[in-house]
Amino acid sequence: MKKIDNTIRYERLRERYMNGDLDRRSFLGLIGAAGLAYGVQTPFARYANAQTVGQVRFDGWGGVVSEAFREYAFDPYTADTGIEVVDGTFGGGDEYLSRVKASQPGEYNIAHLSGVFDYARYHNLGLSSELNEANIPNLEFVIPKLVEVFRKVSGGALSCVPYDYGTTGLAYNRKYISDEEMQQKGAKILIDEAYKGKIAGWNDWRTRIWFASLQTGQDPNGATDMEAVWDAIRAHRDLSLKYWTSGAELMSLLAEEEIYVTEGWSGRIYALQEQGHDIGYYDPPNGYGWQECLFVLKGSPMEACEELLNFMLAPETSIAVAEGQNYPPALDPNKVDLGSKIPTLPAFDPKGTLEGLTFADPDYWNGNEAEWSKTFGRVQKGY
Amino acid sequence: MSVEVREARQPWILLSPALTAVALLLLVPLCFIVVYSFWLRTATGADQPGFYLDNWAEALTDPFYRDILLNTLKIAAITTLVCAVMGYPSAYFIARSRGNKAILLLLLMLPFWISYIIRTMSWINILGVSGALNGFLLWTGIVGEPIQMLYNEATVILGLVHFLLPFMILNIFVSLDGIDVTLEDAANSLGATRWEAFLQVTLPLSLPGLAAGGLLCFVLGAGTYITPLVLGGPTDAMFANLVFEAIITQLNWPLGSALSLMLLVVLGILVAIYNRYLGMAQLMKGLG
Repeated sequence: MKKIDNTIRYERLRERYMNGDLDRRSFLGLIGAAGLAYGVQTPFARYANAQTVGQVRFDGWGGVVSEAFREYAFDPYTADTGIEVVDGTFGGGDEYLSRVKASQPGEYNIAHLSGVFDYARYHNLGLSSELNEANIPNLEFVIPKLVEVFRKVSGGALSCVPYDYGTTGLAYNRKYISDEEMQQKGAKILIDEAYKGKIAGWNDWRTRIWFASLQTGQDPNGATDMEAVWDAIRAHRDLSLKYWTSGAELMSLLAEEEIYVTEGWSGRIYALQEQGHDIGYYDPPNGYGWQECLFVLKGSPMEACEELLNFMLAPETSIAVAEGQNYPPALDPNKVDLGSKIPTLPAFDPKGTLEGLTFADPDYWNGNEAEWSKTFGRVQKGY
Repeated sequence: MSVEVREARQPWILLSPALTAVALLLLVPLCFIVVYSFWLRTATGADQPGFYLDNWAEALTDPFYRDILLNTLKIAAITTLVCAVMGYPSAYFIARSRGNKAILLLLLMLPFWISYIIRTMSWINILGVSGALNGFLLWTGIVGEPIQMLYNEATVILGLVHFLLPFMILNIFVSLDGIDVTLEDAANSLGATRWEAFLQVTLPLSLPGLAAGGLLCFVLGAGTYITPLVLGGPTDAMFANLVFEAIITQLNWPLGSALSLMLLVVLGILVAIYNRYLGMAQLMKGLG
């Protein structure tokens, strides 16, 4: 049986009209009705069309990280599968979550999320998917500890694969601050009046509270004296030149010597060192460790996403991306030879146990998120 | 259909595309924001629909929001004043120039071809510790060490003036360009000096343009959030930054909606007051 498409329907209608079987009013009326029907069905037809996946959207942190993904993962993946990867950037997990909230399911697919607390937030908001791990055989190369924390949050299933880890430590200009001074003062150097006007910090409430907890001698995953924490944040604010809002701004402030000391992301500081800037990096005791994952959002084309995740976890891709973005990959060094550069990266754990890093407790941070993010907004502005 | 009925309908038919666009792109989203402002944010970040006055009570009674709003209005007012003082001579020069007016107007429009964010960030390269100005001061020996010029309220105002000055100049120019230049000659022939002719003839006649530019600069300045984010220090936030934080950082869309409506209402009241006392019609009537 011959398939009747819209063109054939139109040609038959036109023939009837030309033969005089249809009057002009009926012909135009039917054409109009067909147009209306097409216009109405198109938004719904999108779901049927979505069965053929032509592209996957990926959102990450931009800068050198995105460049590494594009060069070592997305372009080879597209060449291999024919599926295009559209990559966007965000300045933080909060900003991205807001965008996702305003979007339709399926509009955003994969995100390079930071921290288990972000994973838990997305899961609690009903945005998580369920990966078919059989489609991601390269998951076996990942450090088990990194996988288990995610499983715990989402009841055994996974919505993401761990991808890399790093630290937020203290970055300082060696021309003005010696390594000895940094090790002696630790996190308290961020509230040292000697560097007033030459201090900066990320405008992220979690990071500010984490470092304020260290400055006040408290457990960053269980501060008991929050007034002392807020006072330390106020002290830091009054001594700071600026709160930076992106990795690019962090690098610019340090490279241009606008500031001498700030906390910073290990990979970005390593990139500055590679560029020849004499910037030191120090992880104080109980420094802020984090892991990043590739999170697949609910409503995404799962098989295409799983294929991309498997591609990105392949040791050769993962190592190339890690070397490009300067964060150690989530690959287990006991199972995979990570080459020569990765062992030199800040925060790298050669044992693959990550026991030396302190990660944020998702229950503690997410349980206080509403109150603390709001209070920080006020303290940040002079209150 | 009678001719009268057809004529009565004609303006509405012609206006219908614009009215549809305004309704769909402005009024409908505004209605959504109004509805959102009465919802609540739950602990997980999800929205709780309903009719709650909590966000409005917080926005209207909390001194934190009031203080930031007053600071925002102060910064917008200073910016507008600086734009007026800097913009008037420029507009006057362009309006009175012969032959090269088109080139000068083109030069005035040039900044609009570059992204506002890039224009704002360009000040970092000019005023930074290793920026052009510090480089010049060090090179000439005027200073021995770089001066910290960035990330304070003054640089926020500077960035806003950079952004808004063309709007002010264009408005004043349009007004000045419409004034018959022979009026000044007539005033001179009646014994007025050039300065007196300007003060008593040209300036009053150009006030509608100055006022329109002032209103535009004030409203745009009060609603900005990029400039304080890029050029401001830790405490140099403006009201739009609070809206951004409520919606993006805190994921509190209901409170963010209430705050954005609050800013809208305050600016709306200021515009209404302006129209009541300084509106074009009132000015023209007074001048007449």
